[in-house]
Amino acid sequence: MRALRAAPGLTLALMLGPVAAGLIGTLAPALGVFPALGGTRLSLAPFAALAAWPGLGRAVFLSLFTGVAATLISLGIVTLFAAGWQGTRAMAGIERALAPLLAVPHAAAAFGLAFLIAPSGWIARALSPWATGWTRPADLLIVQDPWGLAMVAGLVIKEVPFVLLMLLAALPQARPGPRLRIARALGYGRVTGWLKAVFPAVYAQIRLPVYAVLAYSMSVVDVAIILGPNTPPPLAVQVVRWMSDPDLSLRFQAAAGAVVQLALVAIALAGWRLGEIAIGTLGRRWAEGGARRHGEGAARGAGLALAGLAAGAVVAGLAGLGLWSVAGLWGFPEALPDTVSLKSWARHGPALIAPARETLLIAGAATALALALVLACLEAEHRFGLTPGARSLWLLYLPLVVPQVAFLPGVQTLALMGGADMGRGAVILGHLVFVLPYVFLTLAAPWRAWDARHATVAAALGAGPGRVFWAVRMPMLLAPALGAMAVGLAVSVGQYLPTLLIGAGRVQTLTTEAVALASGGDRRLIGLTALAQTGASVVGFALALAVPRIVWRRRRGLCGA
Amino acid sequence: MRGMSMGLQLAGLRISRGGAALVQLEAHVRPGEVLSVMGPSGVGKSTLLAAIMGTLAPGFTMTGQVRLDGRDITALPPEARRVGILYQEELLFPHLSVGGNLAFALPRSVRGRAARRARVAAALAEIGLQGAEARDPATLSGGQKARVALMRMLLAEPRALLLDEPFSRLDAALRAQVRAVVFDRARAKGLPVLLVTHDAADAQAAGGDVVHLT
Amino acid sequence: MRAIPRLIATLALCSATPAVANPDPADWPAVLDEARGQTVYWNAWGGASATNDFIRWAGDVVKDRYGVNVVHVKLADTGDAVSRVLAEKTAGKDTGGAIDLIWINGANFAAMKKNGLLFGPWAEDLPNWTYVDVEGKPAVTADFTVPTEGLEAPWAMAQVVFYYDTARLPEPPPSMSALLDWAARDPGRFTFPQPPDFLGATFMKQALYGMIADPTVLQSPVDEVDYDAVTAPLWAFMDALTPHLWRQGRAYPQTGPRQLQLMADGEIDLAISFSPGEASAAIANGQLPDTVRSYVMEGGTIGNASFVAIPYNATAKAGAMVLADFLLSPEAQARAQDPVVLGYGTVLALDSLPPEDRARFDALELGIATLSPEALGPTLPEPHPSWMTRIEADWSARYGVAD
Repeated sequence: MRALRAAPGLTLALMLGPVAAGLIGTLAPALGVFPALGGTRLSLAPFAALAAWPGLGRAVFLSLFTGVAATLISLGIVTLFAAGWQGTRAMAGIERALAPLLAVPHAAAAFGLAFLIAPSGWIARALSPWATGWTRPADLLIVQDPWGLAMVAGLVIKEVPFVLLMLLAALPQARPGPRLRIARALGYGRVTGWLKAVFPAVYAQIRLPVYAVLAYSMSVVDVAIILGPNTPPPLAVQVVRWMSDPDLSLRFQAAAGAVVQLALVAIALAGWRLGEIAIGTLGRRWAEGGARRHGEGAARGAGLALAGLAAGAVVAGLAGLGLWSVAGLWGFPEALPDTVSLKSWARHGPALIAPARETLLIAGAATALALALVLACLEAEHRFGLTPGARSLWLLYLPLVVPQVAFLPGVQTLALMGGADMGRGAVILGHLVFVLPYVFLTLAAPWRAWDARHATVAAALGAGPGRVFWAVRMPMLLAPALGAMAVGLAVSVGQYLPTLLIGAGRVQTLTTEAVALASGGDRRLIGLTALAQTGASVVGFALALAVPRIVWRRRRGLCGA
Repeated sequence: MRGMSMGLQLAGLRISRGGAALVQLEAHVRPGEVLSVMGPSGVGKSTLLAAIMGTLAPGFTMTGQVRLDGRDITALPPEARRVGILYQEELLFPHLSVGGNLAFALPRSVRGRAARRARVAAALAEIGLQGAEARDPATLSGGQKARVALMRMLLAEPRALLLDEPFSRLDAALRAQVRAVVFDRARAKGLPVLLVTHDAADAQAAGGDVVHLT
Repeated sequence: MRAIPRLIATLALCSATPAVANPDPADWPAVLDEARGQTVYWNAWGGASATNDFIRWAGDVVKDRYGVNVVHVKLADTGDAVSRVLAEKTAGKDTGGAIDLIWINGANFAAMKKNGLLFGPWAEDLPNWTYVDVEGKPAVTADFTVPTEGLEAPWAMAQVVFYYDTARLPEPPPSMSALLDWAARDPGRFTFPQPPDFLGATFMKQALYGMIADPTVLQSPVDEVDYDAVTAPLWAFMDALTPHLWRQGRAYPQTGPRQLQLMADGEIDLAISFSPGEASAAIANGQLPDTVRSYVMEGGTIGNASFVAIPYNATAKAGAMVLADFLLSPEAQARAQDPVVLGYGTVLALDSLPPEDRARFDALELGIATLSPEALGPTLPEPHPSWMTRIEADWSARYGVAD
């Protein structure tokens, strides 16, 4: 009982301890303190050096622009799609496709998209030379364009499934069915009615995940390197570059950049909040204005088309990479490779077995720990009637909102100081910091939405809290619990920087392998590792889908949910 | 003397939140009697039931005593109070079969698989659902669900029964039927019943005292 | 903020000598003894399948022969390994470090040497050091002019070459000025990896060599010469060239091997490489069409050596030395030179080898796109590492933040 009561505190400590410690470890060099490099005195010189970097203004702009644009567009697509298609078969179809889409790692999706849209990419190949007249790729700046539009697209195709997942999880609490029926009975169109009657309630639920998307998009590194501009790159990329520069004195400047990145995220979040308030005011006026229909058909069509496009881009990109993994020579403008063979798989496949095992082991352990902690927290909340305040929810989001580059190098130093051996165990704890919030976010809504009167009835039937938990609540919430597990596994599988920094490079997962191999730009290898990575995270989603269906195949009350 | 204290007693019960009193009630429901508590929504009827069940959310404070058959149960956890409850929804556990729902309620004192099975079968027969053990509760009709929920509650051998608007979702024909079954059973078992409703017809059918909360 | 006093305390610790006895390479049997059973974490860039395969092979042999386990820690950037050692030093972890051997050269070596992050000297005591061509290949003891002082052991020679697709570019430009003319005529078909990738900076150093009267200034640190005057022609050249680059110089490949994909896709016709055998190896594994060939520009091209170094706090120093010695063996060197495997130049003096070892090299066949040693022509020494750093920084300021 006492252990359960301590669960929320322990969970927060495990999650926030590293973040706080890491931030201190970043702030110190940003202020000139880094004894191993001879910095022992507080100074603002690192910030001065940062300010003197000519690309700063542009890098800051790119961070803000790509982050805000990717978030706005993702949210827009999801909203439009949900408004037009909630409760329809199209929605159910996309819902089924969500899991595999979420399982595709960001970097893999970015490489896939790059191969689709580049002038030498699949789309150009399909249209050449008969439609375009190109016998060789045109010299067009599509990927790595200076505005970061390709990067925004790469982020959007991965964030749309995530936001949609969060929205679907939050939807039942907004009671969309009755609300929409009432709105339509009052003469509102489907889309307008949904936006006016359902969206405000749903948005209140998904606000924090949207903030996480914003913070992530602003400070993403891997997608930015693949699709983003490089002259200069967004700030986070430049910070990582300085951190791995042979000129060690640039570490100070890197730390200052990381602090600025953190501040940027804070500013963007504040701006977003102001935007929410403004849109809320305008939206109320709009809702009270009484307009019944706003281009319903066009809005529905656009919602479906955009959501389909986002999903299609991920799938087609991955298909392209898969094809590359078995391709012989595949020159432009051939739409398909001349020859197909398993040579690459035979050559590199065996080397992926050990990292695959390591990946699953770490992901499994981190997710199991996270799930146990989250369940303990939620159960403590239920039993002791702890009502989590808005503040503790914010704390939960901190590891997702604080840019990784701003605290991971500090975590590494701290782990070394604490004598933590840089083995698998430390990496699992490192992953836990990122897996926990996602598991909590995915599970909390359905867990709390569970009708607690079931617990009262069970108690009235003589069941103690333990029996209520194991014999009633867990089985009824098996599907969401497995769903949260799948999300946790996918998050762990995708971790690059934490694995690299905390594992000292000795812990090799599919993702560290994929990033190292991808630096060589060989599409066959990238395709192969991307498929392996996707495969690793699909395992969880497949289990999450299949297990409840098999276990509850005779229980209509649970299969539909 | 012992007979005097049988049933459900609410002694000086006072529930408040943030200093403001919500519900105050003094009552004694004797075995086989029904007390109907009426009042508009939001007046604290559900809070009253939660207080008797022992599931009052933090933030509420309660003074006074809940006594069942002379025993003070105010400090007991819900599962030890032996107070049964039926809601408007049947709240059958969707992951268990119909038989599983009933077996869940059977006390541990019924030992042995064969004996437990026999009790479940007999209970099903009693409510006209012979052989329905393996059925998925989601496939039952509304009236069948209501009967299974009632039977499940009774199998746990409660010493008092709380009813939280249990008939308001049922259509008129079914309603009279279910109402009769519930009250008959409760009376037959000698259970004190506390009925919370906003429907005067329910209170009238119950036939006991009526308290109006305001 | 308790971390700060802790950090300062760490600094004091760093100056103390580690208490653990280090293996002595002069007593080789003892090194072999100690190495048996050790696991060597070799941090090496993992972006090229050919090198990954070679490292796997070397690990297998060393495991077989000396009982040393080799784990290839695949890096996306060598700087990650330097960062790691630095973080360990910051945290006072002066023994039991995570990295045993690093594939390194140039500025990364200079930085580690300057900051006392390396173990040694040890390299010149390795048994196979006797075969190293110290006289004929000065780059093996002067890494970008910085004396190696036995702190790293060479294992491969590299020389700048260009490769081009004869199907689209029959006559490659023989000089930098010809390259500029060609790029102006047929824009968008040439690029280089974006600095700070070493290959991008190397392209500019190569260009600089052809533009200055006295190349010896490049051997001095930049702050000892009139840097602005020396590099003025280079920046004039780059100003003229950049608009004619692939994507008008607004985007660049991020690493050397990415150029392979660009050439295979037909996006570019000409690319720079630091490995004379890279094109042949890429043709052999289907990454490039067999119409690709290599060549060098007039006046010689920059050559350097690749090294392996041991961090000061490495856990398996003996095992690391055994591995480094094996990399210097004629067997490993001949395999690395095989164009089908790696196509790297050897660091050994072939005439010092016993006849049977020489035969290994004589038996090698050059790949279709690999130049013979004669055709490779003279090598130019790497400038002092400060040139690399400064040119990179200047390039970034001029073109790297252009948008």
